[in-house]
Amino acid sequence: MLEQWLNSDAVFLTVALLASTLRMATPLGLAALGAVYSERAGVINLGLEGLMLGGAFFGILGSYLTGNAWLGVLLAALAGGIMALLFALVTLRYKANHVVAGVALNLLGLGFTTVLLVAVWGNRGKSPDVAGIYPIYIPYLSDLPIVGELIFRQSPFFYLLIILMILSWLFFYRTKWGLRLRAIGENPAAVDSLGIPVFTYKYLAVIAGGMLAALGGAYLSLGELSMFARNMVSGRGYIALAANILGNWNPIGVVLASFLFGLANAIEMNLQLYGWPTQFVQMIPYVVTMFVLGGFVRKVQAPKALGQHFDRSNTNM
Amino acid sequence: MKIIKKAANLLLRLALALIIAGIILFVSGYSPLKAYKAMIWGAIGNWNGIALSLVQATPLIFTGLAVAFANNCGVFNIGAEGQLYLGAMAAGVIGAYLPPLPHYLHLLLALLGGALFGGLWAAIAAWLKVKANANEVIMTIMLNSIGILFCSYLANYTFKASGPVAQTPEIKSTAVLSRLSTGTQLSSAIFLGLALIVLVWFVLYRTKFGYEIRIVGANPRAAATAGINVAQKITAALFISGTLAGLGGAGQVLGLHGRFIDGFSPGYGFDGIAVAILGGNSPIGVLFSALLFGLMRAGGMVLDRTTNIPVDFVLIIQAVIIVMVAAPELFKALKGGVKDVRTVVKQ
Repeated sequence: MLEQWLNSDAVFLTVALLASTLRMATPLGLAALGAVYSERAGVINLGLEGLMLGGAFFGILGSYLTGNAWLGVLLAALAGGIMALLFALVTLRYKANHVVAGVALNLLGLGFTTVLLVAVWGNRGKSPDVAGIYPIYIPYLSDLPIVGELIFRQSPFFYLLIILMILSWLFFYRTKWGLRLRAIGENPAAVDSLGIPVFTYKYLAVIAGGMLAALGGAYLSLGELSMFARNMVSGRGYIALAANILGNWNPIGVVLASFLFGLANAIEMNLQLYGWPTQFVQMIPYVVTMFVLGGFVRKVQAPKALGQHFDRSNTNM
Repeated sequence: MKIIKKAANLLLRLALALIIAGIILFVSGYSPLKAYKAMIWGAIGNWNGIALSLVQATPLIFTGLAVAFANNCGVFNIGAEGQLYLGAMAAGVIGAYLPPLPHYLHLLLALLGGALFGGLWAAIAAWLKVKANANEVIMTIMLNSIGILFCSYLANYTFKASGPVAQTPEIKSTAVLSRLSTGTQLSSAIFLGLALIVLVWFVLYRTKFGYEIRIVGANPRAAATAGINVAQKITAALFISGTLAGLGGAGQVLGLHGRFIDGFSPGYGFDGIAVAILGGNSPIGVLFSALLFGLMRAGGMVLDRTTNIPVDFVLIIQAVIIVMVAAPELFKALKGGVKDVRTVVKQ
């Protein structure tokens, strides 16, 4: 009886849909976690798209140059960190408007990766196939019915996402550094008056955020296609930003929001398969975010000092 | 004098941006001098190049003006792309489906439809900002994606012309914005853009309404104290901003493509942000920076065809320009660095 149910079409299709939901959610979740770090430190990160694209490109480049996909992942994180450092310099040190600088970062990401794509491989559209990162079947657990297929046959990036989500939550809510970072996003002057190096925290948070977003991008290239294609992130950076808001700037919340958006993505893929219109399903993340921010669903609260410049000379001490 | 100084300052930033973008190109293994030469020749070397530059500049005048207008009121309209799509779709549908009408009436209706839908799309963000204090940056980003997807649906299903391409039927000849010369794609949409530059300048600097918009942009709290209805001004500014972007989309449909084509914009709305910033959010500044970005885009297209450098290189230049103009302290630091080098050289 149970066996029959487990082998039924309905269960098979549902499990397949949920498994692809987790796959779709992985890059969104990683990038959204990155946004949490940056925005909790008070820096609006509109450049997720560019950071993800950078991660996607350098992941493939690293794998291509070394033949080792994991070194590709390392290079992707490094590139994301460097791009984020530039972004941090421009916004924190040189006081550019965060949104404007984010737009520039996205333009730079698309322009630079495409120019490099042609420079390295002489192809305008895509890179050759390289060694990728493939799903891992966790021994024994992957043999379990349903959950085995659903959770324990995923990409290493998915396991990484879950681990980073838990670590990030512990960091933000169970360590003094996390508490300070959250406080900096609310009231940097007060934190500064306690003698805590506000700018160091901000820089490190933005860089960590960039590395996480780049990992999300690396999943798209190394984890899914084993190659890079021009503009392959195609708007996922904005969805990750939406997930960050819907998840209320909380590591667990944003990953759950990513799952929701991943489900929309998975449904869309299935509709496409049957030739049905996908546009309205694709809208779901954006519409949900508008409803949430418009105060129709539940209250979310952005860090109070988000997007503001902090300048020690302005504070009277 | 002040204007000349300001212009010189902007040109200096521009030159620095070109140098930095050139260095990035050099690091990627190309010759920046050759690239810039090809770009300049392609953009202004002959009449075709100039026409191509103007064609590329046309939508940027509209979107740049749109972003600049909202910025004058202190609202960041990052959603010009979505508003452009809505305006283009409205113009395309009105142009193709209305029963036979006199020429200018049909054209006028199509333009008004484009403006209205672009404006309404932006007004959603304004409404949510005023009602729930929702951040307009996030709202307009979300509306971008929703609007582009919605238009894609309409072009794929509701209003799809027969054939494999996702596009609406061709507009009737009575709704066409005429071409300026045969053999080029330049249409009279550019005159509409120029007229709007003058109109927006007049509204912003010569009317009470524009004055209040700018007061709200400079200091909303003081504006409220002075009895200005801030919420109303923000709503109006975003609506007008949306109409300008929508007209840009309508211009592309009625003057260039002759129909709405799914995915027709390579990011005119986002380029509008760079145009507005480089133009210092003033209508005249927008005109010059739109022309400059048109030149760059046209040059980039020629670069793409004639060399192995992809057109996307232009995006790098744009990114660096944005940073140069938007990060006040960076420019100061760079100027300081140049001075340091000079004193070292002198010694």
